[in-house]
Amino acid sequence: MSAISDPPRGSFSPAMLINDTRYRSYTFQALAAIVLALCLGFFYLNVSTNLAAAGLNISYDFLGSPAGYDINQRLIEYDSQSTNARAAIVGILNTLLVAFLACVTATVFGVLAGVLRLSNNWLVSKLMAFYVEIFRNIPVLIWILIIFTIMIAVLPGPRAFRGDEPEARMFLDLVAFTNRGVYTPGPYFTRGLGAEGNGAINWLIVIGVLVASFFATRMVTSRANATQEATGIRPNTLWTNLAIWFLPVIVLLFVLGLKWDIPELKGFNFAGGIKVGGPLIALWFALSIYTGAFIAENVRAGIQAVSKGQTEAAGALGLRPGRIMSLVVLPQALRVIIPPLISQYLNITKNSSLAIAVGYADITATLGGITLNQTGRAIECVLLLMLFYLTISLLISTFMNIYNNAVKLKER
Amino acid sequence: MSDTQAHMAAFVRTETLPQLAPPATERGIVKWMRENLFSTIPNAILTLVSFVIIYLVLSKTLPWIMNGVWTTSSLSECREVLEGATGACFSVLTERWNQLMFGFVYPADQYWRPTLAFVLLFVAAAPVMFFDLPRKLLIFTALFPFIAYYLIWGGTIFVPILALVGVIGGVLVYRKLVTGSFAMGFFGGLIAALVIWTVGGMLIPEGANDTAALQAVPSRDLGGFMLNMMLGVVCVSLSIPLGIALALGRQSSMPLIKWICVIFIEFIRGVPLITLLFVASVMLAYLFPPGTTTDLFLRVVIMITMFSSAYIAEVIRGGLAALPKGQYEAGDSLGLDYAQAMRLIILPQALKISIPGIVNIAVGLFKDTTLVSVISMFDVVGMIRGPLSAATEWNGIYWELYGFAALLFFVVCYGISQYSQWLERRLATDHR
Repeated sequence: MSAISDPPRGSFSPAMLINDTRYRSYTFQALAAIVLALCLGFFYLNVSTNLAAAGLNISYDFLGSPAGYDINQRLIEYDSQSTNARAAIVGILNTLLVAFLACVTATVFGVLAGVLRLSNNWLVSKLMAFYVEIFRNIPVLIWILIIFTIMIAVLPGPRAFRGDEPEARMFLDLVAFTNRGVYTPGPYFTRGLGAEGNGAINWLIVIGVLVASFFATRMVTSRANATQEATGIRPNTLWTNLAIWFLPVIVLLFVLGLKWDIPELKGFNFAGGIKVGGPLIALWFALSIYTGAFIAENVRAGIQAVSKGQTEAAGALGLRPGRIMSLVVLPQALRVIIPPLISQYLNITKNSSLAIAVGYADITATLGGITLNQTGRAIECVLLLMLFYLTISLLISTFMNIYNNAVKLKER
Repeated sequence: MSDTQAHMAAFVRTETLPQLAPPATERGIVKWMRENLFSTIPNAILTLVSFVIIYLVLSKTLPWIMNGVWTTSSLSECREVLEGATGACFSVLTERWNQLMFGFVYPADQYWRPTLAFVLLFVAAAPVMFFDLPRKLLIFTALFPFIAYYLIWGGTIFVPILALVGVIGGVLVYRKLVTGSFAMGFFGGLIAALVIWTVGGMLIPEGANDTAALQAVPSRDLGGFMLNMMLGVVCVSLSIPLGIALALGRQSSMPLIKWICVIFIEFIRGVPLITLLFVASVMLAYLFPPGTTTDLFLRVVIMITMFSSAYIAEVIRGGLAALPKGQYEAGDSLGLDYAQAMRLIILPQALKISIPGIVNIAVGLFKDTTLVSVISMFDVVGMIRGPLSAATEWNGIYWELYGFAALLFFVVCYGISQYSQWLERRLATDHR
């Protein structure tokens, strides 16, 4: 019997490489491998001849040489004598800074707009639909440029704050909105482990205390849950948790001698405090409202994906509307909302590369812009730039996969 | 007892009363407002806040638009006409209309050519977009790329004709060989087209461009909104077939093909478009053989097409994954080979599911064409940021220009998304 169903063995002929499905896939893959190798070889040959013709080579030495340009907005120490590598790190931190800020605010805008768009209020839901359509259908680059140009044109220059009868006043005498950026009071420590003014260690201690508070509140909550399981009565944890969150930090900040450095007009510009540059604000705000419109659509879709039967069943069990939302609808909606939300975060990170259009010193503007133009190392700079973005997006998608597996509906 | 009842029923109405109108609070606009605007106190507050916001926005913009000046030749003249009143200076749009549309180096006496190509684009797109139109019109759609190339770039007519002949030759060979197998037909057609192009390329006389009927325009002279439209249309049409191929490759059972596609897609999706444009502007030249000059437009088209094809591949992969396994098995049991099963059974259904996603990508891609302004190409945003902001007559004007660019993109993108919703309803075959 088996002799009939078994394919004929033995006689292998070259024609079988094309006509026999058992071998055909190997033929195709071998062909693909040859074509790929030929292409790569062709490109490699071209690159090496072109580089030799231009008298260039591939080398990353330029990263160690002085950058020779200044960066206004920076999170770590940097001056024009610092190396190109340090300039790139300043750029990376700036990218992460604006991406983080924009993710937070875009989520706030998006959730607000998405929930309000489902409101019973006709006017509000129409207004939100208008917001979503306007921002989704116009390029983010145009939004960044509009907000940037308008900020420069509308806000007063630092000069306007001068004199006894100034044209512009600081907000509550604390915050100055100028066309060069926003100056806010900055905290600093007068005592403590770090040198005066340089509070890096002090900040680490503060963060450590906050993390400890977080775990302490988690413990209090889980103990309350255990008590509830055992006795049916839930102890009131609100005041304990609030105390754990705020008391240690306030005491610590008092001990470390926290003071606020308030910006003052000195010479032609403000000094002291924290400067949030105009480009950063324009980029941050534009990315937030643009991506907020997309997030609003995700949130709306997520809430609408929860079937009406769920709400009605929860109502039939006697839950109040607020608890229906928080215990039944939201947990199910989040499962739908979070994956597209995270890819929106990824989009924010990638779109933050448009910083180059307004002169915000992110990684694209430092490594891919000024460093590239000054050193002429196009291939190296672009490759490093791509490597950075690839790393970020791979990290975010790994995180997304872990999350997806954690919240996946576990069936059978 | 019955006596008293009979006595009490002295009056019985014999006819029904006419119905009264519902109370004022339960009808018409009052009811609508009560239900939709002021149903609860928080709702009423939201409504009032919205009204205040709408009032604030309209009170600023309406007078500005209504008072707009359309006919002056510089910003200072605008200010003279307005005499201090609020008002827009739309004259910059009328005055610089051609630059916004075509860039600042496209020969002025040739503006009719891109305009004609733009009009023909609608004729060519119509039979693809609306299935009720006669199918014969698709012939014009097939010819359109060559006509549009000839209109926009001009030069000798032999180039588009040769390209067309090559494509026709390729298709004929494909028709001949496809009865054997799809791969044979495809590669045979490709080789035939390449042979025709190479041989024909040698036949075109030197300097044919100088004596051409239409003046040749180099790619670097293209600009304005025309550049956005061209990049958008060209890259979307090229990236759909490429995206289909990548999606099928990613599903392939051959590990090498699969991993090439996976790496390509994930790499492209992981980096911002700007870095790919940097590649186009500074790095791609190194990859071509020494001595060849490829113009920036072509390099940008290559990179944007790669970019969007990776995204389209992911959308189509979603469509392929959404098909029930039975469809694949049905194709196998009918004895169709891979190419036939894909062409006749799988792809038509998978593409239908993917339409909304593909349109989203197309809209996103069209918006992303503005990024070319960063690598100093003068699309509509590049024109506004560069030559128009630098012009002394229009120094300090920005609302009108950016507002105009925003309006252009809004009209196109909103139009496309409305079309896609119509198409989805039109193609829906399930009975919901």
